[in-house]
Amino acid sequence: MSRAALLLCQVLVAVVVLALWQVFTTVPLFGRILLPPFFFSNPIDVFSQIINWFASGVIWKHLAITLWESILAFVIGSALGILVGFWFARQPRVAAVFDPYVKMTNALPRVVLAPIFALWFGLGIWSKVALGVTLVFFIVFFNVYQGVKEVSTTVLDNGRMLGMSERQLMRHVYWPSALSWMFSSLHTSVGFAVVGAVVGEYLGAAAGLGYLIQQAEGVFDVAGVFAGMFVLSAFVILIDMAVTVVERRLLVWRPAAAREA
Amino acid sequence: MNQAMDKAKPTAVALEDATVAFRLADARVYTAVERARLAVAHGEFVAIVGPTGCGKSTLLNVAAGLLKPAAGAVTIFDQPLAGLNRDAGYLFQADALFPWKTAIDNVAIGLEIKGTPRQKALEQAQAWLTSVGLGAFANRYPHMLSGGQRKRVGLAQVLIRDPKILLMDEPFGPLDAQTRQVMGNLLLELWTADRKAVLFVTHDLEEAIALADRVVIMSAGPSSRIIGDWRVELPRPRDIFEVRLDKQFHELHREIWGVLKEEVMKGYAQSTQAGGTN
Ligand SMILES: Nc1ncnc2c1ncn2[C@@H]1O[C@H](COP(=O)(O)OP(=O)(O)OP(=O)(O)O)[C@@H](O)[C@H]1O
Ligand SMILES: [Mg+2]
Repeated sequence: MSRAALLLCQVLVAVVVLALWQVFTTVPLFGRILLPPFFFSNPIDVFSQIINWFASGVIWKHLAITLWESILAFVIGSALGILVGFWFARQPRVAAVFDPYVKMTNALPRVVLAPIFALWFGLGIWSKVALGVTLVFFIVFFNVYQGVKEVSTTVLDNGRMLGMSERQLMRHVYWPSALSWMFSSLHTSVGFAVVGAVVGEYLGAAAGLGYLIQQAEGVFDVAGVFAGMFVLSAFVILIDMAVTVVERRLLVWRPAAAREA
Repeated sequence: MNQAMDKAKPTAVALEDATVAFRLADARVYTAVERARLAVAHGEFVAIVGPTGCGKSTLLNVAAGLLKPAAGAVTIFDQPLAGLNRDAGYLFQADALFPWKTAIDNVAIGLEIKGTPRQKALEQAQAWLTSVGLGAFANRYPHMLSGGQRKRVGLAQVLIRDPKILLMDEPFGPLDAQTRQVMGNLLLELWTADRKAVLFVTHDLEEAIALADRVVIMSAGPSSRIIGDWRVELPRPRDIFEVRLDKQFHELHREIWGVLKEEVMKGYAQSTQAGGTN
């Protein structure tokens, strides 16, 4: 399929879905409306809500808050993940001691931490950042740990034979290997940073996309809920595209096949 | 069979009855090499030939200090080897380039870690890449190079540090016959300039005779031993293309091959047997 044809088909799917949605929620078929508008709203209301948000400019504040929380969660979570990942990989004994606790913490569904974080850090951005950090941390941690452990022994021996000290091995061998593993999970970790922020907002906040959706839901404004969902999807797609650009630059040295995986 | 040892010069690498054993997963012990006795004089080019799996790479690892022999001693310039062999440059059999560095960075790193300023290291690296015929490939990452090109980058990476001892494990393995000869001549040219001690592993007997001062044959494993040591009296400087036409070359080849052939058959039989019983 050519690019144009593909794009046409993709647009067609959206048009058909939106048209069906509009028809089922507004036009009576067989004597009744199939999807009650109270629960399903309709595309026109949803889009006028979105346009309204952008026209009045209220949305920008919420987007900015969610973006900021996501960035903080990603940066802090990654930094901690790298630090601990390196530490555990280089100190197998420490790793062995903490292993069951790491597994236990990771097994915990992070949502249950949200109320605790709200208590500890208040309703501001930091409780959301904390939630995102707990999600991002484990992904980065596992990947960095793996990256340090999985360095090819031949490459390592080569570094040693070329005269590298422990510090130089760290910089020229372990670090790039760990980063490559971390970058290969960049989409997941960035995605989780956003999830942490939005879920945190949804469970208690004064601003952000999650808060917007929760508010709309609170007053049974279904159009508002859908509008919030669409804005959130677009937001995530934009971030994901940015990640792809960054990834392309950082992982140029990897064969294309491995990069796709 | 003679141990050529120039008394005036120190011995670059000496293995004295080195035995190497590996502990297998099921707690058995596999003796790969038994009582290997080998001396490489300063400035001497020694080739090791033997059937696959006999322990050639193992022997190089011992000389590099990456593997400790279970028994026996290793001396480097008459000093017992403790830890890594700092005088040696090692061209590994497996891919050993840093996949996250470009060809030129892979070569320059050897100087950079010694504290050479980056700009200067890069200039020299470019010169080395050019001399192994890869001047135009400086900015490629290893995965964008062919197996043979990677080997040549590896060669430049090792040579730029100017090691006194050169350990090479089938460096021309993935090259085609013609490029092999070109690279062989290049290696001889570089070696003639400063006469490093070279320990060169190959499975190609002709290549071994054409390049080396001495050809050492190992028996099939397990418990592989050094079973032959021939001096190659062909005059230097040699040209790999022409040396193969020499009558002396053919006589030596026939003589060594007589011994090697038997080991190759033995090695092959053993490995298929081992594969069959598993
Ligand atoms: N880490 C190890 N553990 C157990 N056995 C090993 C280990 N490394 C090598 N061996 C065994 O020791 C023997 C010698 O291995 P080595 O790699 O030195 O062979 P080689 O002569 O270099 O073979 P090739 O020509 O195929 O490269 C082989 O039988 C191999 O299976
Ligand atoms: Mg080998």
